[in-house]
Amino acid sequence: MTQEEVCAQLKEKFGEAVGALSETKGDRFVVVKSEKIVDVCRFLKTTPGLDFDYCQDITAIDWPARKVIEVVYHVYSLEHRHGLVVKVETDRDKPTLATVEGVWKAATWLEREIYDLFGVNFEGHSDLRRILMPDDWVGHPLRKDYQEAGGYHGIGNTRPDPLVQLSKTTDEKRKAFVAAATAAAAAAAPPVVEPGTATTTATAIPSAAADPEGKV
Amino acid sequence: MAIDMELDRHILRRTDAGDEEIVVNFGPQHPSTHGVINFVTQTNGEVIRRSVPDVGYLHRGLEKIGEQVPYPGYMPFTDRIDYLAAMFANEGYAVAIERLLGVEAPPRAKYIRAIAGELCRISNHFISVGTMAQDIGAATPLTHALRERESINDLLEELCGARLTFNYHRIGGVAFDLPVGWGDKVLRFLDHLDSYIQEWDRLITFNKIFVKRLANVGIITREKAIDYGLAGPNLRGSGVNWDIRRDMPYGAYPDFEFKIPVGTGRVGTIGDCWDRFFVRVQEMVESSKIVRQALAKLPEGDIQAKVARKLKPDAGEAVGRVESARGEMLYYAVSDGSEKAYRLRVRTGSFMAMGIIEELSHGIMVADLIAIIASLDVVAPEVDR
Repeated sequence: MTQEEVCAQLKEKFGEAVGALSETKGDRFVVVKSEKIVDVCRFLKTTPGLDFDYCQDITAIDWPARKVIEVVYHVYSLEHRHGLVVKVETDRDKPTLATVEGVWKAATWLEREIYDLFGVNFEGHSDLRRILMPDDWVGHPLRKDYQEAGGYHGIGNTRPDPLVQLSKTTDEKRKAFVAAATAAAAAAAPPVVEPGTATTTATAIPSAAADPEGKV
Repeated sequence: MAIDMELDRHILRRTDAGDEEIVVNFGPQHPSTHGVINFVTQTNGEVIRRSVPDVGYLHRGLEKIGEQVPYPGYMPFTDRIDYLAAMFANEGYAVAIERLLGVEAPPRAKYIRAIAGELCRISNHFISVGTMAQDIGAATPLTHALRERESINDLLEELCGARLTFNYHRIGGVAFDLPVGWGDKVLRFLDHLDSYIQEWDRLITFNKIFVKRLANVGIITREKAIDYGLAGPNLRGSGVNWDIRRDMPYGAYPDFEFKIPVGTGRVGTIGDCWDRFFVRVQEMVESSKIVRQALAKLPEGDIQAKVARKLKPDAGEAVGRVESARGEMLYYAVSDGSEKAYRLRVRTGSFMAMGIIEELSHGIMVADLIAIIASLDVVAPEVDR
C-alpha cells in the first residue's frame, strides 16, 4: 500500500485530526494532532491491510522558533512492506504526550530516550527515567538551547588550552630564572644605588616603599 | 572447635533462609557485558528475579555532535557509533545524506560498498560468535575467530588504511578505489573462509555441549521480537524473514542473489540463543557469496559522484536505512538548508536489543543471562552513541 492510500484511510477514520501528507523534499510525513496519537497508532497497528506491526524508531526534533517539539514515529509493516512517518507536535514549554507503549513495546526505551534528551513527558509510561544521562543531570541535552553545566560532581567538562598552559609554565620558569640570576648578582656585589637615580629594578621593587606614611 | 560449630550454625542458618534476595551490579566493567553496561540484577541464589540494564556509560553525544559539524565532517564520527562494524555506520550516514541531497553513488561505488560491507559483516560476526562461545565457557573458538578476523582486518586496512574505524565512505561514493590485486586476495580468503566455516561448525556450532547449553535458552518468540523492535540477526533468529538488503533494497544489493537465514528451531525452540548464533554463522556464508558476485560483476567507472564541496541540502528530511551487522541502522537527517544537519538521529540494533533483556530476565539462571546478552550481540557504544 502506498503512503497516499494509508493517509487516505487515516483521514477517513480520524478526519481533521490527521493532516495531509507533506510535500517536502525527501521523505514525506503526516502530522497528527497530539491528543489522537495513541488512537492513530493503534489504528495503524490493528487495521487489517495496514498492519504496522514494527515500530522502528521514535525520536524528536526541537524547534525553538516554532515553540514546539516534534515527536517523530517511523513505523512500518513487515507483512506488507510499507512504511509511514508520523509526526506529532507538542508544546515546547510543557511537552506532554500520551505513551504508545501499549501499542508497541519498543516504545518503552525509545520514549525513555526522548524523555531524557528532550524532556518530553510521556503520560502513562511504565518506567519514565533518564536512560543515557545520569539521574541527577540537569537539563535536556538535545534541546537547541541547552547550555552545558560547568561540570558534574566536581568533574569538569572543560580543560585549559594545553598551548596556553605550556607558554604559561615556560614564562614562569623564565621569570624564576631571571629572578634567581638577579638575586645571585645582587648577593655577589651589592649595587650602590645613588639617591634619585631610578633603575628598573628599583622601580620594580615594592611600591610600598613609595608610600612614605606606611600602614604600620 | 567452638568456632567451627559457630560457623556451621551460621552456614546452616543461611541455607535455611532460602529466599534471601540480593542485588548485584553485573557490570559496568565485566567481560561478559561486551562493553561498559551495567545490569542491575536482583537474584535469589542463582535465579534472577529481574535484571534491569543501566546504560549510558559510553554516551558521547554523537547525535548532538551531528548538529555541530558540517555534513562531510561527520563521517569519522560515525565510525565511533559501532566500532566492530564501522562500514555500515559509514554507509548508513552516506545513504541518508545522499537521499537528502538527491545524489546517487555511481554503480562502481555501490559495488565497492557492498564488498567492504559484507567483509565487515563477516569480521563482526566472527567476533560475535567467538565471544559468545567464550562467554559460554569455550575459550578456543574465540582465538580461531580472531585469527580469521585478522585476515579481514588486513584486507580492509589495505583498502582504506584503517583496521577498525574506517572512515571509508564519502557522501556520493567511497574514498579509494580497490588496490591492484586486492580482489584476488579477497577471493583467496573467501575460499579459505568457506572451508573454515565447515570446520567452525564441527568445532563449535554442532558441538554437543554447546548445543545443550544454548538450546531452549532465552527464547524470544516471533511476536515478541517484532513488538520490541529487534533488528537484524536477533529478529531473524526468531523466525522473522526480514532483511533490509532484500526488502527495502539500497546500494547494489538488488543485483545479488543470496539467502536470508532465519531461525528454525533446529535443536530447540525457534528464537533461542542457539538459533541466533546459527543465523550469524549462516550469514557469513551468504556474505561470502555476495562478495564473490560483487567482485565478478564489478563495473568500471567513477567511485565518487559529483558533489559540491560545501553541502547545503534544501530544507527537508531523509532516512537512510542499511542492514548493519547488528540489524537495521537508521539515520534520520533533518536539514534546515544550512551546511550542518538540524537534527541527526541514529537508531541502532543494539539499543533495541537492550530493551528486551529485562523482559527475558525473569526467572532465568545467572549463567543464562550471560548467554542471552552474548546472543543478542550488543555493543555498548552502539547502545549509548
